[in-house]
Amino acid sequence: MEDTGSIVAFWLLAALTLGSALAVVVIRDLIRAVVLLITSFLGVAGLYITLSADFVAVVQVLIYVGAISVLLLFAVMLTPRASRDNAETFFQIPAILLTGLVAFTISLVSLDTDWTVVERGGFEETASAIGESLLDKYVLPFEMAAVLLLVAMLGAIVLVHPEGTEEE
Amino acid sequence: MLNQIPEGVVWAILFLPFGSFAVISLAALLGLTRPSTGSGRAVWRARLSGYLTMAAIAASFLLSLWALDSVLQEDGARIGFDAHEWVVVGPLRVDIGVTVDGLAAIMLIVVTSVSLLVQFYSQGYMRGDPGYNRYYAFMSLFTGSMLGLVLASNILQLFVFWELVGLCSYLLIGFWFYRDSARRAATKAFVVTRIGDVGFLLAILLIWTRTDQLDIGQIQHLAATGMIGSSVITLFALGLFAGAAGKSAQFPLHVWLPDAMEGPTPVSALIHAATMVVAGVYLVARFFPVFIVSEEAINAVVVVGAITAIMAASLAIVATDIKRVMAYSTISQLGYMMMALGVGAIGAAIFHLFTHAFFKALLFLGAGSVNHATGTFDMRKMGGLARFMPMTFLTTTVAGLALVGVFPLAGFWSKDEILIEAWAEKPLIFWTALAGVFLTAVYVGRMLFLTFGGEYKGGEAPATGSPSPDSSGESAKRTGQASEQGAEAGQAKPHESPWVMLLPLVVLATLAATVGFVNITGGMSDILEGWLPEETHELVAAGEFVLWISVVSVAVGLAGLGLAWAIYSRKVIRAEEVSAALEPLQVLLDRKYYLDELYETVILKGVIMRGAAAALHAWDRYVIDGVVNGLASLMRLSSEKFRLAQAGQAQIYGAAIFIGVVAMIAGVLIANP
Amino acid sequence: MAIELEHYLALGALLFAIGLYMALAKRNFVGVLMGIELMFNAVNLTFIAFSRFVSPATDVTGHVFVVFVITVAAAEAAVALALAMLVYRNRETIDVDRMDLLKW
Repeated sequence: MEDTGSIVAFWLLAALTLGSALAVVVIRDLIRAVVLLITSFLGVAGLYITLSADFVAVVQVLIYVGAISVLLLFAVMLTPRASRDNAETFFQIPAILLTGLVAFTISLVSLDTDWTVVERGGFEETASAIGESLLDKYVLPFEMAAVLLLVAMLGAIVLVHPEGTEEE
Repeated sequence: MLNQIPEGVVWAILFLPFGSFAVISLAALLGLTRPSTGSGRAVWRARLSGYLTMAAIAASFLLSLWALDSVLQEDGARIGFDAHEWVVVGPLRVDIGVTVDGLAAIMLIVVTSVSLLVQFYSQGYMRGDPGYNRYYAFMSLFTGSMLGLVLASNILQLFVFWELVGLCSYLLIGFWFYRDSARRAATKAFVVTRIGDVGFLLAILLIWTRTDQLDIGQIQHLAATGMIGSSVITLFALGLFAGAAGKSAQFPLHVWLPDAMEGPTPVSALIHAATMVVAGVYLVARFFPVFIVSEEAINAVVVVGAITAIMAASLAIVATDIKRVMAYSTISQLGYMMMALGVGAIGAAIFHLFTHAFFKALLFLGAGSVNHATGTFDMRKMGGLARFMPMTFLTTTVAGLALVGVFPLAGFWSKDEILIEAWAEKPLIFWTALAGVFLTAVYVGRMLFLTFGGEYKGGEAPATGSPSPDSSGESAKRTGQASEQGAEAGQAKPHESPWVMLLPLVVLATLAATVGFVNITGGMSDILEGWLPEETHELVAAGEFVLWISVVSVAVGLAGLGLAWAIYSRKVIRAEEVSAALEPLQVLLDRKYYLDELYETVILKGVIMRGAAAALHAWDRYVIDGVVNGLASLMRLSSEKFRLAQAGQAQIYGAAIFIGVVAMIAGVLIANP
Repeated sequence: MAIELEHYLALGALLFAIGLYMALAKRNFVGVLMGIELMFNAVNLTFIAFSRFVSPATDVTGHVFVVFVITVAAAEAAVALALAMLVYRNRETIDVDRMDLLKW
């Protein structure tokens, strides 16, 4: 990625993503936190585009921005106002230390490793290739994912279904 | 003259009694031998196992005669048969095979003939016993094991039969296992002989690791030609002798034999005359070429033999139980055989074993006959039986005189030969042996006069024998035995035994009187020595006949008998005065030299229980249990602490996971910098 | 300065750390869930970056993997939120540090 546009786009998107994520951590109000989380997800979607992953970027927007965020909002809304506090537990300081350690370790490994980078351009488009491999090479996981989704959906319904109402 | 015996026939000698054992056991298992009363046919069927055993042993006896004939043609040299491969494990190769030589052939004759007569006698003695079939099964196995021991060509094979003999003696001594004393005696016999067997086993391991040989002939050859180091030979011989001392009840492992009287009397006769105890003597004789080249080993044999002979004879003088007298007599005579082996007189030793087998079996069967009549083995309750049981009296007297060595009975010839050889080789041993002759005469005389002389003292009423407060506790142990033949016991007048018991007595008496003549020209000794490797011939003792020794030994024997007569029959010297005069000695003898106390109190209770067992107990309790309990306590205490980490909070668990992730990555990075 | 693989990896690491911090330290159940979603995103970003820079031109395995991760994440979110509702209904709270029924 030589062109200036891509470079600028990367840095902007990276800043957006990390900034939003940090804001999610810091902000005490959960509703606002979820909204900021959405911008973070959008930043990630943009980063996917810089990596010429068009299909995944679209899926990211659809599912994370569209579905999961809405789910999270629902969850926040369905709990009382008193529970919308985004505070930390007593575990904050150890968590900061541990998180720093993990970040350091992962970064160290990723920067220290000599990755065999293949010099090539980005994909033309990936949707058709992904579609083909989903129905060819990965057909079994694909079907299992379908079952998983069904089970998760049923499970969620059963879990939240009020007891004793089946017969009514 | 027959053809030379083929190998299959030799195996048959061995396997006939085993076959009898197998058939009886199988039949007993199938319930075919249930004792039944009623018609004559049923009675006959109930005694079938006895007939079967006798037939098997009689056949073995006849085949043994063939074997002897073959050996005679070879002048006692070995008739070796090719060994058969049995076990091959790595470098260890164990063969199995049979060997017949002069020694083995004579032993075969002794074992089968005595065993045959004992089985015959047992038909009367064991009649009606609920364990009748078991008795004959064990007797077959016992005889077969002994034959296997005699014929073995491989030391490991010999050891197997050796242990089988030990097992059978255990089973037969404890035959009346419902009696506490019998169980104890059986266990004692088993454990004490096992102490010696440890030495035997170590000797086998030693000789195998040093020479890679288990074949007896090869070991003899190597030892005789000096191919084995002298220290190895000495250790090997001493190990063998430890086994032999255990089996042959030599000092200090003799303590089991007097207690072994708990078995049925015919069993005692077999153990003392033909099987068990002579196995030890046979073992030493079999490895005589090994012993003879080691000065230390042969001296150990002679010293132990001498101690045993004198000590056991002195104990026989004070024992009040007629079977115990004979047990000590056997120990003493085995000591003689060991002495003879120790002075290098293998011919004399085995010749004495040969004659001893007959008169000792006779003595025991006579004692059984007396018990049959009086219901007791306590000589103080007998007396005057010569009138009631003339045949028993006559035959027992012949046996007793043969034991003393009165001319021309069998014991005279063999004992005389031992004395002559001892005089020629080791004079000190000669005087010891002569003292033994005197003691032997005293106890034989005492036994005869107490049992058959004087007035009948009433025997013992059935099953009511109250334990007399005898200091040695022998009477207490014996009371159970009073009911051994309860049906016959307690009658007003003792009566003569049935013919089936008397016939073996007569046959044995004839033999006891005459078998001494077979070696009158030294022919038997030649056979017995014919198989020895040439290199050892010059080491074998060869004493010439000396008239004065014979005269002196007979005179000493008669003097002993005279003393016994004076004390116990004429009462010229009162027994009480003698014992009072020899007070400390009397106590010492009553206590059997305190050896039982030494073993039980000092060694068993003191050393083993207080020392070793206590140490093991402490080890078990504080170290083993300590480790186990400590681990458990450690686990409990640490889990008390560690469970606090189970906070039940998912976030802490998550943190733990990532601590683990970081630690693993760090580990990989440190390992591969 | 060209944007290389390492940039994306570092970005992913930071995003992952932020998500981890939230998952470990937030008291509110929804906050924890948001942290987990952030961690998913970080991992997905790394997958796509590797797919772009390391794997051969025609290979879309990384993309497929991400699609599956997103699928599973959606299912997880649904079930987790259902659980949150349930916990709240039963215990009148969705504070994670008070869910310690498994405590020693």
